[in-house]
Amino acid sequence: MTVLHITNLSATVAGKPILKGLSLAIGAGEIHAIMGPNGAGKSTLSYVLGGRPGYEVTSGSVTLTSPLPFRGGDGGGVSPVRPRFDDSPHPNPSPEGEGLNIDLLALAPHERAALGLFLGFQYPVEIPGVSFVQFLRESLNSQRKARGEAPLSGGEFLKLAREKAALLKLDMEMLKRPVNVGFSGGEKKRAEMVQMGILDPAFAVLDETDSGLDIDALRVVGDGINAIMRRPDKAVLLITHYQRLLDYVRPDFVHILSAGRIVKTGGPELAHRLEAEGYEAVAA
Amino acid sequence: MTALALPTRRDEDFRYADLEALAPLWPVLVETIEVAAGGSGALTIVASADAPVRSLSITLGAGAAFDLRILNAGLAYGRIALSVRLDDGADFTLGAAQLGSASETLEIVTTVTHGAPNATSRQTVRSVLAGHATGTYLGKVAVARGADGTDAAQSVRAMLLDRTATANAKPELEIFADDVKCAHGCAVGELDAQALFYMASRGVPPAQAKRLMLQAFIAEAFVGAADEDALTAAALERLETLV
Repeated sequence: MTVLHITNLSATVAGKPILKGLSLAIGAGEIHAIMGPNGAGKSTLSYVLGGRPGYEVTSGSVTLTSPLPFRGGDGGGVSPVRPRFDDSPHPNPSPEGEGLNIDLLALAPHERAALGLFLGFQYPVEIPGVSFVQFLRESLNSQRKARGEAPLSGGEFLKLAREKAALLKLDMEMLKRPVNVGFSGGEKKRAEMVQMGILDPAFAVLDETDSGLDIDALRVVGDGINAIMRRPDKAVLLITHYQRLLDYVRPDFVHILSAGRIVKTGGPELAHRLEAEGYEAVAA
Repeated sequence: MTALALPTRRDEDFRYADLEALAPLWPVLVETIEVAAGGSGALTIVASADAPVRSLSITLGAGAAFDLRILNAGLAYGRIALSVRLDDGADFTLGAAQLGSASETLEIVTTVTHGAPNATSRQTVRSVLAGHATGTYLGKVAVARGADGTDAAQSVRAMLLDRTATANAKPELEIFADDVKCAHGCAVGELDAQALFYMASRGVPPAQAKRLMLQAFIAEAFVGAADEDALTAAALERLETLV
């Protein structure tokens, strides 16, 4: 089953073309890594998938096949965008009617999250005055509401948060602080992974999650990604500059992104070749 | 108070006032509060239609302390004017939030006079303005000759939810003493788009994300108040109608 299907995707930022016909299919249980030089469009790809305002899709499609039931809307009224369901026959229909192909680009960012998409930020944003606990409980319960699931109580949520914080070796006390405020670069990335653990997405796009991490933190974060996401029904798109993280999170496929397109695809050995020879030599 | 003439726009303190709404309420009775030396007091004002325009004169004796909290919201016109005079070592705290929408005009106008040495004053004003609302803070801190050791701070911030809303902020210092510490900060801005997208990417719908951020923003005005929870709840209720 394909979790994410990107077909001929082109996108502009402030009128400037960044993605130029990118195609990529990611199957359930797979971990894909995207590597590429600065300015290739790696972060743009993650923002387009997340639906960040200002990142305009000019052509192509992105289809997400989510194992999660999705009812649409935020429960607070009529949703401005409704999921559009693919007309093509479903590759792996489930009896519950779950696992439908959904046009990701037609959804608002919070609806994509409720569908099971998680976007790990290269630069996690600070939100003064809002604690992680408050923010994450709100996040999880908003997602659950959109999926027609009952909200978690305060106690249930704290138990879950404690468990995931321990997995990533992040002091639970830190989750009582305002979101990312005063966190070091490494702590922010660990906190991103704690959030991923709590939200338990079906598909994660992790944008340079390894940047700013020391060697020990890199191992913890790598182990965390494996523990949370290496499941037969989940998939990961890892965006990275370096091969290091891939020692801990072994990818099934490595893609080279250059000038807005995937120019080469291979196995984990491709990352090693890149590290040794550089983008220009390998992608040429 | 004698029957003063209705102010005009030329009166600095009324430059942004809704004079039409003010006219039938004029002249405004000045309420006096005096705290004797060494004493302390606190007051919470939640603006109401019964008394939309208020004027307070507060005098604090030596070493006295007063904590004033204001929620100015939900009125077509709401104005609170303060004249505060501090004696030796007195301490004054103002924490105020203004929440406006539609074409509401909300204003807080203060004059805090440090009349003797070593007095402290802290003013925190947070405004959230939507639609065509106008929120104004005019705040003057006057430090008298010889009032050394004065410590005065003004923190004034406004958040505009729509480009059509207006915030006026004028923190002002008038200092006639040498050894003083007077800080003022003033900022008018919009909700951080990056933070809104970050929250959306985790599943929080836009309106809820805005409420969370604004709640935190307003909370700064009510921190440490005796009835912090009640004030925050009242402000939150009003916020629900703004986003």
